Amino acid sequence: MIDSLKQLVKAVGLPRLTIVLFLVVLLVIGAVNRLPISMLLGNSLVRIGMNGIMVLAMVPSVQSGAGLNFGLSIGIIAGLLGMLVVMEFKIGGLLGLALALLIAAVLGVASGYVYGLILNRVRGQEMMIGTYVGFSIVSAMCMFWIMAPFKNPEMIWVISGKGLRTTLPVSDSMAQILDKLWGFSIFGMKVPTGLLLAFALACLLLGLFNRTRLGISMRIAGANPTFAMSCGIDVDKMRILGTVLSTALGAMGMVVYCQSLGLVQLYTAPLMMAFPAVAAVLLGGASARKATVWNAVLGTMLFQTLLTIALPVTRSVIEGDISEVAKTIISNGMILYALTRKEGDG
Amino acid sequence: MAAERVLEIKNVSKCYGDNPVLNQVSLSVNRGEIHALVGENGAGKSTLMNILFGMPVIHETGGFTGEIWVNGNKAEFKSPRDAMKAGIGMVHQEFMLLPGFSVAENVKLNREPTKPNLISRVAGQKLESLDRRQMGLDTRQALDRIDMDVDEWLPLVGMPVGHRQFIEIAREIDKTDLSLLVLDEPTAVLTETEASSLLAILKHLAESGVSALFISHRLDEVFEVADTITVLRDGEVVCTVPKKEARMETIAELMVGRKLGKLKSAGPGRAGGNQAILEVKNLSVDMPGEYVNNVSFSVRKGEIFGIGGLAGHGKLGVANGLMGLYRASGTVICDGKEIPLNDPNAALEAGLVLLSEDRRGVGLLLDESIENNIAMPSIVGRNKFVRRLGPLPVSIEDRKAIRKHAENMISLLDIKCTGPEQAVRRLSGGNQQKVCVAKAITMEPKVLLVSEPTRGIDIGAKERVLNVIRQLNEEKGITVVMTSSELAELRSMCDRIAIMYNGKIQGILSPDAPDAEFGLCMAGGGGEAND
Repeated sequence: MIDSLKQLVKAVGLPRLTIVLFLVVLLVIGAVNRLPISMLLGNSLVRIGMNGIMVLAMVPSVQSGAGLNFGLSIGIIAGLLGMLVVMEFKIGGLLGLALALLIAAVLGVASGYVYGLILNRVRGQEMMIGTYVGFSIVSAMCMFWIMAPFKNPEMIWVISGKGLRTTLPVSDSMAQILDKLWGFSIFGMKVPTGLLLAFALACLLLGLFNRTRLGISMRIAGANPTFAMSCGIDVDKMRILGTVLSTALGAMGMVVYCQSLGLVQLYTAPLMMAFPAVAAVLLGGASARKATVWNAVLGTMLFQTLLTIALPVTRSVIEGDISEVAKTIISNGMILYALTRKEGDG
Repeated sequence: MAAERVLEIKNVSKCYGDNPVLNQVSLSVNRGEIHALVGENGAGKSTLMNILFGMPVIHETGGFTGEIWVNGNKAEFKSPRDAMKAGIGMVHQEFMLLPGFSVAENVKLNREPTKPNLISRVAGQKLESLDRRQMGLDTRQALDRIDMDVDEWLPLVGMPVGHRQFIEIAREIDKTDLSLLVLDEPTAVLTETEASSLLAILKHLAESGVSALFISHRLDEVFEVADTITVLRDGEVVCTVPKKEARMETIAELMVGRKLGKLKSAGPGRAGGNQAILEVKNLSVDMPGEYVNNVSFSVRKGEIFGIGGLAGHGKLGVANGLMGLYRASGTVICDGKEIPLNDPNAALEAGLVLLSEDRRGVGLLLDESIENNIAMPSIVGRNKFVRRLGPLPVSIEDRKAIRKHAENMISLLDIKCTGPEQAVRRLSGGNQQKVCVAKAITMEPKVLLVSEPTRGIDIGAKERVLNVIRQLNEEKGITVVMTSSELAELRSMCDRIAIMYNGKIQGILSPDAPDAEFGLCMAGGGGEAND
């Protein structure tokens, strides 16, 4: 009994087990306080689907040896641009979504390539540099949003007649389009089928890529650069590949996020968006040197469920809104924990 | 000079765990004597130094047995500090200097002359100000003793490596009552002229009464300065001889010579007659510590070609250069086609596969499973173990084939593990090496480059690894280029053995050539290529 318990702890990892137990406690408290548990779980599913692909974006970056992609904001901005272009031309529906994804992917690949070149020059400090590259790009884009040549009157400031507004609503035909696709309700819990399928598809594709020759080369390059060299692998190229994949996934993940949220948030909104994604994948058991698709899936589920459920439950127990505080504490605490622990444990 | 004993080591033994590294080692150094301690890697030189210096690592691993006497007193050093107090100075292989500080500050570090000031009168001696004038004077004096004219107030940053080595020595001789200077491979990082002036300084110091214990495996230097030579091998003192009576080749022979097992009969390559499979012309390799300088040789199809020599003479550089892991120049022709250098991919495609001497650094993915370590390079380099993904034009790894192959390899090489999924980090050194061998075999080499295949592994594993290499050579006709610092091993495996000295091939010998001839080549003498 104790042995099998020990094995369970070892397989799942103590941090994850703690969080699962914490979640169970929260659900019980919630049920006792007569909170609508099914609705909360439904919300968690939506948030898992919204954020999943951006968390998944961390995986190729870590696997290629470039560390956690703290510069995910670059991909996020590419995703925002994809959304904006579609909205400018008032293209809605699935076509609009597909176009937005396409533009986001193309911009993500291009910017990821440049970002990868930068990261290759700062080996060993990718995460620190990435954080600041991300911050700088977000700030630089603040100027771009003001000067960008968008003409759609619904998107620009009314008074000056130019410059994008800070928050733009996504057109009705595109908002939640994935969430509603094949969506259904069960026990009062809304299941955003399309959204979850999109996440699952992304995971499947990345998982398959990892098993191709190119994917294996990339993982070898990340695991041991000298070993990779002796296998004839161009380590620099593989690191760029990982960064490109990560940025492109981040871009497409942002499009998925925006359509579900129903809003496109510009200016400083993307500034801190990399951090929850980093925290989630770490929570799933990844480290700065090792990450799997499974880490991303598990991490997203735990992290987002925790955020969705913890807040209403705590609010039912203590007065006041601590949502942002809790999110910051959990995500930064997780990053701190994961980056300071030794390789291999936890 | 009176034969006054400065240092006497009596019957020192030391084990790491069950592993004896020093066995009843005794040696003594007289005042003004330069005593050279020579031995191959792993002979126990560094352990002896650690004991002499009271390094914490010795106490942490259970201490040692035996006695050490310094200047007639029995010494029980608990820390390097005690050793320094007793008058022993150490010049390290890696410099212990602060780059941002000036020469004088480095030399006087932690021993600065001080003078009292207002605050120190109240707060105590720790806060006295530095007597910079005195620091400068002392340093100047020390520098003058070793004929160095560098300004004592220059910062260390940007100074050539040679200067730093001398400053390190200056720091030691500045210590009053220094009676013994220990130098651990002091010339390893120096150029030839720097090395010779260092040796001159050593002699100079010896005349002024400072003894030196000089650790090196460069025999020419040893013979230039030493008064007495002690050879250490496998943790035992093989002999101690005055230089006058020693011959370089005997010493070299004693350093490596282990009584040999069966010798392999020499003869022309069996499988392919005299046809050359690998031709190397004017190969130079820029591998730090193992430079190769304009080397030419050719390897016959089907033979085992050995490369030997003492450490630091470039034997490891050859294989690494051929594989493109370090910058190389020259011409390499494999099977009639020229291989572009500095391109690992091209070397792999031509059929060269390297079993690296740096097992954990280059040879393995430590956190990956055994099966992945064996298969991944072949998936990437040879397109093996892949299958189509249904009807799609995408190939992915074939887990079943990988598992089957790994299980075959595990039983073939007798890899002791819990299964093909075990991470290689958890394996012992010998079993890790077997995984490396399996990896190399899986790459289907035409020419297998094997570097130090038995370094740091136990005897059983040694035997198995060497047997598999021999089998590959005999049954599959794979040509092997084997680099090893163990001469006995080379002689039992190879058809011909090239001995490297100073980055060049000093001679190519047959394995049954007399020991003396090998010794001579390793010491840089004699031996014209009898190829």
